[in-house]
Amino acid sequence: MTNPAFPLGPIPSVSGSAVVLRGDDIDTDRIIPARFLKCVSFDGLGAQAFADDRIELKGEHPFDRPAHQGASILLANRNFGCGSSREHAPQALMRWGIRAIVAESYAEIFFGNCLALGIPCLGAEHTVMLAIQAAAAAQPNLQFQLDVGAAKLHAKLSGGEQTWPLELGAGPGQMLLSGQWNGTAQLVGNGAALQATAARLPYLGF
Amino acid sequence: MSSGTLYDKVWDLHQVAELPGGATQLFIGLHLIHEVTSPQAFTGIRDLGLGVRHPELTVATVDHIVPTTSQARPFADPLAEEMLATLERNCSEYGITLHGIGSGRQGIVHVIAPELGLTQPGMTVACGDSHTSTHGAFGAIAFGIGTSQVRDVLASQSLAMNKLQVKRIWVDGALQPGVYAKDLVLHVIRSLGVKAGVGYAYEFAGPAIEALSMEERMTICNMAIEGGARCGYVNPDATTFAYLKEREFAPTGEAWGRAVAWWGSLASGPEAVFDAEERFDASSIAPTITWGITPGQGLGVDEKVPSLEETEPNERPLTEEAYRYMDLAPGTPIAGLAVDVCFIGSCTNGRLSDLQAAAAVAKGRQVAPGIKAFVVPGSEQVAAAAIAEGLDGLFREAGFEWREPGCSMCLAMNPDRLEGRQISASSSNRNFKGRQGSASGRTLLMSPAMVAAAAINGKVTDVRDLLKA
Repeated sequence: MTNPAFPLGPIPSVSGSAVVLRGDDIDTDRIIPARFLKCVSFDGLGAQAFADDRIELKGEHPFDRPAHQGASILLANRNFGCGSSREHAPQALMRWGIRAIVAESYAEIFFGNCLALGIPCLGAEHTVMLAIQAAAAAQPNLQFQLDVGAAKLHAKLSGGEQTWPLELGAGPGQMLLSGQWNGTAQLVGNGAALQATAARLPYLGF
Repeated sequence: MSSGTLYDKVWDLHQVAELPGGATQLFIGLHLIHEVTSPQAFTGIRDLGLGVRHPELTVATVDHIVPTTSQARPFADPLAEEMLATLERNCSEYGITLHGIGSGRQGIVHVIAPELGLTQPGMTVACGDSHTSTHGAFGAIAFGIGTSQVRDVLASQSLAMNKLQVKRIWVDGALQPGVYAKDLVLHVIRSLGVKAGVGYAYEFAGPAIEALSMEERMTICNMAIEGGARCGYVNPDATTFAYLKEREFAPTGEAWGRAVAWWGSLASGPEAVFDAEERFDASSIAPTITWGITPGQGLGVDEKVPSLEETEPNERPLTEEAYRYMDLAPGTPIAGLAVDVCFIGSCTNGRLSDLQAAAAVAKGRQVAPGIKAFVVPGSEQVAAAAIAEGLDGLFREAGFEWREPGCSMCLAMNPDRLEGRQISASSSNRNFKGRQGSASGRTLLMSPAMVAAAAINGKVTDVRDLLKA
């Protein structure tokens, strides 16, 4: 059964409060430690997101702070999601409540895994990211509007409306906007082209 | 934009279609699956009413969760047993070959596919595991994928991919005695950082790379992902062909000649254009070891933990985090640091030549008192070959435990794990916080010979001193 709260169809925007996770090179072992990979379904991973970091910080981890419960946008820094290819990492974030990520940069496998789940991952310049993180940290209930098509993040600060420029490649952007981020049917649909490709691979005839 | 490289040639050959949005549909020539990242993918194809398009191009084994003491079924851990039983059911239902425990072919997926001759030059290889980059050692384009993509490959034998740029890592010179492929790749990652490969395939080339054996090339390509590069490869040559000859699933008879001719045509030619290049000199590399919490936080064995001033400004927060987590002060010499556990194995360094290198150090010596040291061969074939040479007895006499094949304490999904704040000397690939099964456990990455030296002395030791003695 698909949980209706999970991404479905075109994703033009994501709204909600944000959770700030500072630091570079946050790897997928930290997002979901390997012992939680002993499962044959992704259900239940949400409670285990950042399990060891949360134990270490004794309730002070951003994912544990009451102000961030219900947050839907994750704000991170450079090379987020590096290391293991485990899709359990974005699955855990999604099941915790994350629906979009804004970070300075991503590890590639993680980025692709998020895209396949309909979680937009947008980039931000270093100074822009610091400004967004500062705004969110200053006001944890601040409501953000992420515009996927325009690659922009908006929020109403006390001093007035603020818009930050983000980055998103044309390909992933179009996949999210068209709803084709879940492209299995499309891949399967190219049966004749798949057959033609297989027929020209020398090694399948060795 | 690169042109004329092996990566370009293999990519072009496997293009199925251009997808709306600009991604390429890429055909996958070999799909490797295992028990951890495949169960939800099989559920996915069932939910969509789809089957497995090419079961004959799909190969399974079990590695991550297998115990390395007793492998008798059912496993003591019911979750591990359920994962293997699920893989067995899925493979049986869809007609996929599973190299299971006791088959003589089981082992870490990145060890068995090469040794069985399944991995060949010019292929695209995908697996739900980031260390799939290992297979690039053969001149294949091989990369890790997530479970949704495993579902896509099962259903369509293809993936939606964007083409990478190609960065050539050119290595001159020759490795000195006591310095191994692991040291070379740790040195490259330490020098370029863990983000330098993002967006790139790494082509490893140059005299030092050409001189490496296939097993050494696998060690290098295995760690490409630790430098951020989703795939790494080496151009196929006579060393590649000699390794593949007579392997169980390698071409035979008249097909062998055709295969070698085609494989030889794939290498990046003199006209090849790269998007970027980095150059190294192998002869100046020392045994290299990590001190921190990313594979890029490395040191020569004769160096000290760097000060903040010696660290790039934007790397300083991570350096400070590493000081705290590792409980190491700047200026501490890495040699002499006491260790608790010594692990030899993994898809990085669990092959026969790795065990031989460690055995050469362990021979006639004794593991230091209080040190837990164990050897986990990468596959049943590696174990059999090592036993035939008497390496199991040699290790046991030296005080090491000799185990059954699997991923083991590289990621500690089985019972092999660190306890509390223990420090391991490990021949594996990741020193992330909590990686080896304890949330506060600490990992020092190094070559198998360096792990053996650490086991003998109970502390980080320059293996060259033991090799001289």
